[in-house]
Amino acid sequence: MAIEVLMPALSPTMTEGTLARWLKKEGDTISSGDVLAEIETDKATMEVEAVDEGILGKILVTEGTQGVPVNATIAILVEEGEAVPEVAAPQKAASTASKIQETAPAEPAVKAASVPSQTPPALSAVGADRKIFASPLAKRIAKQKGLDLAAIKGTGPNGRIVRRDVENASAKPQSASPSAPKSGSAGAGSSTSVPHSTMRKVIARRLSEAKSTIPHFYVSVDVELDALMALRSQLNATSPEEGPDAFKLSVNDMLVKAAAVALKRIPTVNASFTEEAMILHDDVDISIAVSIPDGLITPIVRQADKKSLKQISLETKDLVKRARAGKLKPEEFQGGTFSISNMGMYGVKDFSAIINPPQAAILAIAAGRKQPVVKGNELAIATVMTVTLSVDHRVVDGSVAAEWLSAFRSVVESPLTLVI
Amino acid sequence: MSRTDFDILVVGGGPGGYVAALRASQLGLSVGLVEAQHLGGICLNWGCIPTKALLRASEINHLLHDLGPYGFKADNVSFDFTKVVARSRAVSKQLSSGVAHLLKKAKVPVFDGYGKLDGVTSDGKRKILVTQDKNAPVTLTAKHVILATGARARALPGIEPDGKLIWSYREALVPDAMPARLLVIGSGAIGTEFASFYRNMGADVTLVEVAPRILPVEDEEISALAQKAFEKQGMKVLTNAKIGAFKKTEQDVTVPVEVNGKIQSFTVDRVISAVGIVGNIENLGLEGTKIKVERTHVVTDALCRTGEPGVYAIGDLAGAPWLAHKASHEAVMCVEAIAGKTVHPIDITKIPGCTYCRPQIASVGYTEARAKEAGYKVRVGKFPLIANGKAIAMGETEGFIKTVFDDKTGELLGAHMIGAEVTEMIQGYVIARTGELTEAELAETIFPHPTISESMHEAVLAAYGGALHF
Repeated sequence: MAIEVLMPALSPTMTEGTLARWLKKEGDTISSGDVLAEIETDKATMEVEAVDEGILGKILVTEGTQGVPVNATIAILVEEGEAVPEVAAPQKAASTASKIQETAPAEPAVKAASVPSQTPPALSAVGADRKIFASPLAKRIAKQKGLDLAAIKGTGPNGRIVRRDVENASAKPQSASPSAPKSGSAGAGSSTSVPHSTMRKVIARRLSEAKSTIPHFYVSVDVELDALMALRSQLNATSPEEGPDAFKLSVNDMLVKAAAVALKRIPTVNASFTEEAMILHDDVDISIAVSIPDGLITPIVRQADKKSLKQISLETKDLVKRARAGKLKPEEFQGGTFSISNMGMYGVKDFSAIINPPQAAILAIAAGRKQPVVKGNELAIATVMTVTLSVDHRVVDGSVAAEWLSAFRSVVESPLTLVI
Repeated sequence: MSRTDFDILVVGGGPGGYVAALRASQLGLSVGLVEAQHLGGICLNWGCIPTKALLRASEINHLLHDLGPYGFKADNVSFDFTKVVARSRAVSKQLSSGVAHLLKKAKVPVFDGYGKLDGVTSDGKRKILVTQDKNAPVTLTAKHVILATGARARALPGIEPDGKLIWSYREALVPDAMPARLLVIGSGAIGTEFASFYRNMGADVTLVEVAPRILPVEDEEISALAQKAFEKQGMKVLTNAKIGAFKKTEQDVTVPVEVNGKIQSFTVDRVISAVGIVGNIENLGLEGTKIKVERTHVVTDALCRTGEPGVYAIGDLAGAPWLAHKASHEAVMCVEAIAGKTVHPIDITKIPGCTYCRPQIASVGYTEARAKEAGYKVRVGKFPLIANGKAIAMGETEGFIKTVFDDKTGELLGAHMIGAEVTEMIQGYVIARTGELTEAELAETIFPHPTISESMHEAVLAAYGGALHF
């Protein structure tokens, strides 16, 4: 069955974006979690990951296309051997909207055609409603055995569910019903209780511990990004078209490096508190907060101060990809001496983060936005982002935190340091 | 100098081999074909096709002798047997050159000669040595080798074909003259078709089967009606029959046949031996390889792979059922698997079998008895062609259609047909079985009226208690 890959929204306000690069070619076999393409906004480069598996049947939006509307179909995934369906002006969102209209009897049906897209933007590119293809015999046996066809993987032609699939599924022990147990809580509204995953338990424990035992304080500063973005464009222009040496630096990659440089300059921030002593770390190992479907994980770019931007970029891409696929090794996300949490792609103005113990600080990066700034006595326009450093006061005093931020800002605003 | 290194080399140009080559070419693989005798194999040259040409002639002969009910009268009906045989050969020749044309169009080079596995090159490719009487041997190489050398008639001790009085299918296809008296040993598809052909051409035919019934792989009710129909046509049918030692003269053969302890002797002009086939496993270079052979057939897994990596066997060489369409399907599956496509192993209960005697026989899937043996609680539906309008209009009312369903799931386990044109109709049930339709979809299908195929619908309804016209 053909699956449409949609243009993701990188922020709630995003209506269109640039399809920067395709990382897969037509005909490539796609596994769930593979990065298909890169989408660019003014601040972040985001990766479009495949949620489904299949073959990249057709790329509908070519590389470098600007102003691609959110939810436009950018590619078609097909099954092995399946023909690519004809796609004329794909408007998944509109068709979904009209479907909703049709099922709402209160609305006059004629409205349907003219209703604009109101589908909430989704980060991942997914074909929405999947029809289940199953043979009549498979359907009947599934019904007799009380099996849910949606939970069965078809192995027949084009993934059709056939008898053997249902029989194999029924041979396996039935897992508990996928729907979560209903809560018995009283009250007017109904609710659902979702049992904790292991990750959710770890997040709950560690963050409660961190926030209740570490005396946090916060320092914010505005940083101008224009010079860094200009350098980024220049550097990216030097990348080979493709091959193992090809790279595409993101703003985040450069901020990781900038933080590393700042940590080298103000090494007391690169530290840990223990009852007996303050531990000053020689290596600058930066944990990058990555949100994944069931929580959060912090893969580490080790010795970021010693690595080139390109190395950091390639390594981060790989780590994030494997983090989202759940394929990180423990040593790749345990440890680290400093953390960065970047919510710029969500358009946030500013925020403060909880320290990731035993580290002493975490940098919260918000969205870069164009705004008026005063330069000398002139009013100018600059791309400004607010960064907030959360600091463990047991390790770092306020003045040191301010010094660190000042160092960070000067590196970002005079970014040539990053390439030395 | 033509190309000698390929992605795939196919040894044997029958319905397995040439289809493998065509599919490989379609998929953009480089492929070569080695064939020793004639493209199209037994099927086109000495099997499926020429026998159909002969059977068409015998059907016409039958009709010419049964014109009265249709209001015709013809005196002195006669035929030129040489021309009947010549037409059959012409049909084969036309199709064989058609295969040559298809291969040429697909740019598949054909190497004349016998292909034989001949070790492996230093870079892991298979070597195939092609030998031919006239020319010097040629060595070809390929990453993958598909063996598709087919099979030939089994020669049982005492009844080995001698090419004169004792025929195999080969001689039976190209006789100089009509034998007046014929004895056919073996009532599988091959024996039955020759018995039917010669009987309908006017020969005195005796069909001998060692099993308790003729067409032993078919449903019992089909075997029973077939025997009754053959006997009505004047054929002698002996089951549970053992053959004794032949007494040959220059002109004829005397065959003692023992049935239930009683021995009868038949003196006939010719004997056709149709007691099964054996795989052509000789001179393929299998010795010393990991390729296993069991009872003259190469052992393969569900995807036609032999014990040697990169060597595959398909069709008759790889064992039963010995059917051209099974070979062709395996060919496509095998090549697609090599090309990395997702393939599905063959389920032999979804392979139809057809016998082109009069009346025709066609079937797919489980017989009623085998379904019960397999533990199914069955629902059986039957519909006689005497109740079908088109069959009556055609004057072809002999026969019936039988369906076997799984009572629990409604799966069409098998279908068994005997009567006019059933070989053309069985595909409907094969589609149903392959598509995993249940009785519900078959019952909901609208069959065209008036056709004999309406009986297929009725046989489904009958299994669920509701045949409308019977």
